Amino acid sequence: MAGKPKLHYFNGRGRMETIRWLLAAAGVEFEECFLESKDDMIKLQKDGVLLFQQVPMVEMDGMKMVQSRAICNYIAAKYNLYGKDLKQRALIDMYVEALMDLNELLMAHHLQPADKKEQHLATIVDKATNRYFPVYEKVLKDHGQDFLVGNQFSRADVQLLETLLMAEECKPDLLAKFPLLQSFKARTSNMPTIKKFLQPGSQRKPPLLEKDLPKVMKIFY
Amino acid sequence: QFEEEFIEKKEDLEKLRNDGVLLFQQVPMVEMDGMKMVQTRAILSYIAAKYNLYGKDLKERAWIDMYVEGTTDLMGMIMYLPFQPADTKEKNLALIIERATTRYFPVYEKALKDHGHDYLVGNKLSWADIHLLEAILMAEECKPDILSAFPLLQAFKGRISNIPTIKKFLQPGSQRKPPADEKFIATVRKIFNI
Repeated sequence: MAGKPKLHYFNGRGRMETIRWLLAAAGVEFEECFLESKDDMIKLQKDGVLLFQQVPMVEMDGMKMVQSRAICNYIAAKYNLYGKDLKQRALIDMYVEALMDLNELLMAHHLQPADKKEQHLATIVDKATNRYFPVYEKVLKDHGQDFLVGNQFSRADVQLLETLLMAEECKPDLLAKFPLLQSFKARTSNMPTIKKFLQPGSQRKPPLLEKDLPKVMKIFY
Repeated sequence: QFEEEFIEKKEDLEKLRNDGVLLFQQVPMVEMDGMKMVQTRAILSYIAAKYNLYGKDLKERAWIDMYVEGTTDLMGMIMYLPFQPADTKEKNLALIIERATTRYFPVYEKALKDHGHDYLVGNKLSWADIHLLEAILMAEECKPDILSAFPLLQAFKGRISNIPTIKKFLQPGSQRKPPADEKFIATVRKIFNI
């Protein structure tokens, strides 16, 4: 009865990528149904399977889940990636919400027109190196453990790795001043499920390029 | 019960930042149970779970999360309205009304219709109900008759507003804040440099 989770989205990162990371980290195999055109989107909407007429949508455990945060919360809790109590959960949520903010910024980078790219990169470098990365570097330094929260692998670690890798795609030496984040990156990348997800041919998606944007926009607008 | 410390000028925000109490240099920040919590959703999730407003199992939690994210999106649109350029206000207001009446409210109306219970999830008061009431009241401030096509939401609004703690919060003199006025907008612009 229970098949693999089925992901409905376009063939790119967007708001589905964090969900792909979490499932992969938990060792859960999943299928994907890609939206290629506006007609695909309209069909899903007409079929009444999108609660708020939007994707991501993930069919899982008898539910048609929408809203990326709701989906991530469910997967994290189901696969024990959400800490052991309320306070650990709160800490994980704080870390993860900030990473989502930074992710939005990073994702937007490859879509910037050529004349705006440099200034956008400056904003990324400023926020990443002054607001976000110092926090995670300090967390790892203060407790000296391998994982961000509760000395146990959680979604915060998965999402931090996802973000660190995306940051390096924008600027390869962005982690230069953060030695603990560098070793975190190496260590976490080596975990078997994650290592597998980082191999070529996995369901991890590449960055969206400016030339692909028109096709994606047509699906949604 | 809770206390509030208001940021009135830029220096107040700078002081909080310099004191090192804002994890990502941002507010909201809530001091609670020995933590200095930031990130709205993190704070809300903690409060909901602590006070049994988050359902009884993972699946109820998922439904609450889905509903709450929907009302968050709608309230987000309304919240930013005062800060948009004057020439786009009318268009944005029209979009809010359209989204409320064609994308969001129908979902909650249908949820209540399908199970016939008083509350959105699990036949019990949850964060989703409180959030929906807040969204309904904010939407009515945009257009007073915005619920005209949604009889169950009207009944829901009446019912939830009457819950003692909520009724108290809706009285004048409570800590509930009024809609943004010109003075508030100017203050916010100054504090956050926008």
